[in-house]
Amino acid sequence: MKKLLPALLAAGLAFAPMSIALAQDGQGPTENTASEEAAVGHDASAEAAEEGHAETPHYPLEHPEQLNWSFAGPFGHWDLAQLQRGLKVYKEVCSACHGMRLVAFRNLEDLGYSEAQVKAFAAEYTVQDGPNADGEMFDRPGIPSDYFPSPFPNTAAAAAANGGAAPPDLSLLAKARAVERGFPTFVFDLGTQYQEAGPDYIHALLTGYDQEPPPAIADSLQPGTYYNPYFISGPALAMPPPIGDDQVEYPDGAPQTIDQYSRDVSAFMMWAAEPHLAERKATGFVVMIFLVVFAGLLFAVKRRVWTGTAH
Amino acid sequence: MSGHSSYVPSKGLMQWLDARLPLPRLVYDSFVAYPVPRNLNYAYTFGGILALFLVLQILTGVVLAMHYAANSAIAFDSVEKIMRDVNWGWMLRYMHANGASFFFIAVYIHIFRGLYYGSYKAPREVLWILGVIIFLLMMATAFMGYVLPWGQMSFWGATVITGFFTAFPLIGDPIQQLLLGGFAVDNATLNRFFSLHYLLPFMIAGVVILHVWALHVTGQTNPTGVEVKSSKDTVPFSPHATVKDGFAMVVFLVVFAYILFYMPNYLGHPDNYIEANPLKTPSHIVPEWYFLPFYAMLRAITFNIGPIDSKLGGVLVMFGSIVVLFFLPWLDTSRVRSTAFRPVYKVFFWIFVANAIMLGWLGSKPAESPYTWLSLVGTIYYFGHFLIVLPVLGLVETPRRLPGSITEAVLAKNAGGGTPAGATAAPETKG
Repeated sequence: MKKLLPALLAAGLAFAPMSIALAQDGQGPTENTASEEAAVGHDASAEAAEEGHAETPHYPLEHPEQLNWSFAGPFGHWDLAQLQRGLKVYKEVCSACHGMRLVAFRNLEDLGYSEAQVKAFAAEYTVQDGPNADGEMFDRPGIPSDYFPSPFPNTAAAAAANGGAAPPDLSLLAKARAVERGFPTFVFDLGTQYQEAGPDYIHALLTGYDQEPPPAIADSLQPGTYYNPYFISGPALAMPPPIGDDQVEYPDGAPQTIDQYSRDVSAFMMWAAEPHLAERKATGFVVMIFLVVFAGLLFAVKRRVWTGTAH
Repeated sequence: MSGHSSYVPSKGLMQWLDARLPLPRLVYDSFVAYPVPRNLNYAYTFGGILALFLVLQILTGVVLAMHYAANSAIAFDSVEKIMRDVNWGWMLRYMHANGASFFFIAVYIHIFRGLYYGSYKAPREVLWILGVIIFLLMMATAFMGYVLPWGQMSFWGATVITGFFTAFPLIGDPIQQLLLGGFAVDNATLNRFFSLHYLLPFMIAGVVILHVWALHVTGQTNPTGVEVKSSKDTVPFSPHATVKDGFAMVVFLVVFAYILFYMPNYLGHPDNYIEANPLKTPSHIVPEWYFLPFYAMLRAITFNIGPIDSKLGGVLVMFGSIVVLFFLPWLDTSRVRSTAFRPVYKVFFWIFVANAIMLGWLGSKPAESPYTWLSLVGTIYYFGHFLIVLPVLGLVETPRRLPGSITEAVLAKNAGGGTPAGATAAPETKG
């Protein structure tokens, strides 16, 4: 632990976060001392102190709106047209900075593409392979078994090219972000099967840029960060507003708005994070029916066995 | 396993085997003819449910280990490989991860049932102590298992929890370095945790055998707390207990399947889908939900007590909260076993349950006011329950009249509340 602390502090400065955030000073957990948020957060906390805000600000400032997703609920399924649109948004916009290293081109057949289409899609990418017989690395067109190439060779390069904040890989992001639900909402979630906090968050973040920061926050924003009240670990993040209306052309006539782009790419990211989601829910339905019937039969046998034995 | 055996082997192979290795006799005496009290309720089915989940965890775990790679460079990706490319891998992994949670749900119900019906009292002290040992082994296994996916919470949870040992003067640092295989959580830690995570469940299975053996020597308790007095008080394990346990298991599996198939990440932490990064600390490090009450007690000690600094104090309190369970059979001075006949203790029991739940909630909160001092209140009550309430109450409380026998209680209950006989027995079924 003693050796870790200086390393962590150094990292906090060098590895400027993807979450450049403010005003975490004085927050409770002692484990947090070295987080990057704290490292850059002095201005705002001073500000908060002046205003007599003893309390730690809680992020996100605003909770994401709950949307209706085709994959929510016990009969959740993918909207393939939506996933295809989401893929288009990812490919044309997000992939400039964000990788998706756990998803292979072959997986795209799940989105309703034929094998030939996937081959053609993969071939548009250049993939480094090798070494060949001469010991040389070489470039070749992608094949279905290749994974999406990441835009940067490593995290340090990604951070260096993006003002110190490395854009996170999107493969699992839809499961790696969830705004805390709090009591008693999390209890009700058991009944509603709410598991879509990730896509709700991504949609809220992508559509949450156009708001004016309150004056107290506006003065303390770090240069190079963008105010977004939906950002999970601070008032502003290093990612600029990534997409605008009509930036991506939809061949199927879906509205070309930021809102629609955000919905589609969030759904696509949920698929990328949990490709077996629909299969899981369909299996679950059969398993539940089996177990409930089995339980009923066992209960009948139990009643029969215990008849005549007072208990 | 104890007492007279009524096993009569059929001719041929079974008779031959019985004369050489009486394994069929053991199974018959333990799981067929074994007498169980006729008045057991569904709270008593969780032992069987726990056995089922131990088997389930071992089976899914063995298959997962065929695909998992315990190397810090590829562990995270190997888990994702299981989720994406291994046939039914997503189901195996979600079963294993949520299976651990349901294992703990079942064990907490099992423990509270034991507390309520006084299952720890003579002559079942050894049975109880073996159970506490199983609980400790479960905690170690679950903690190490949580490290294996090598996500952010895996890494930082391991860092925090192994850091506990540094609180002890002199021996603390060497112990921590031995656990970690170095000075910080790294590949060496992951390797030894994987090895131990594979070993401990078999140790649990071993202690479970002793636990069941001890159970079959003393016999089960029952909701009245009155010992079995005649064969009228019992029914044979098969088919009565078999079918009742089986029914309860399947109902429990329905709940398990609901979480497993519809909300498999409900009990997990989203940060664990971010690969471990030693350079980036999560803003809140929280353990899995089943450790939260103990985590709250750890963090409740924010002040130094004489030579004991707050860190060591917290660690001692946390370990002490388990250690005190070992002494429970001797801390409870009441001669009445079942809480159903202890009107005052019944109130304290439910306060204890509520306090445990409150501590769990506090464990998930950041370590700031008012959560820390609420945790302190909860911690004091936790220990007060065992060290003050139980010893004192047993001496001053006037229990209700006990039924003469299990059968008497059962017959009185079935005769209906209106009859005078109802006054003598089974008050646990009344308001």
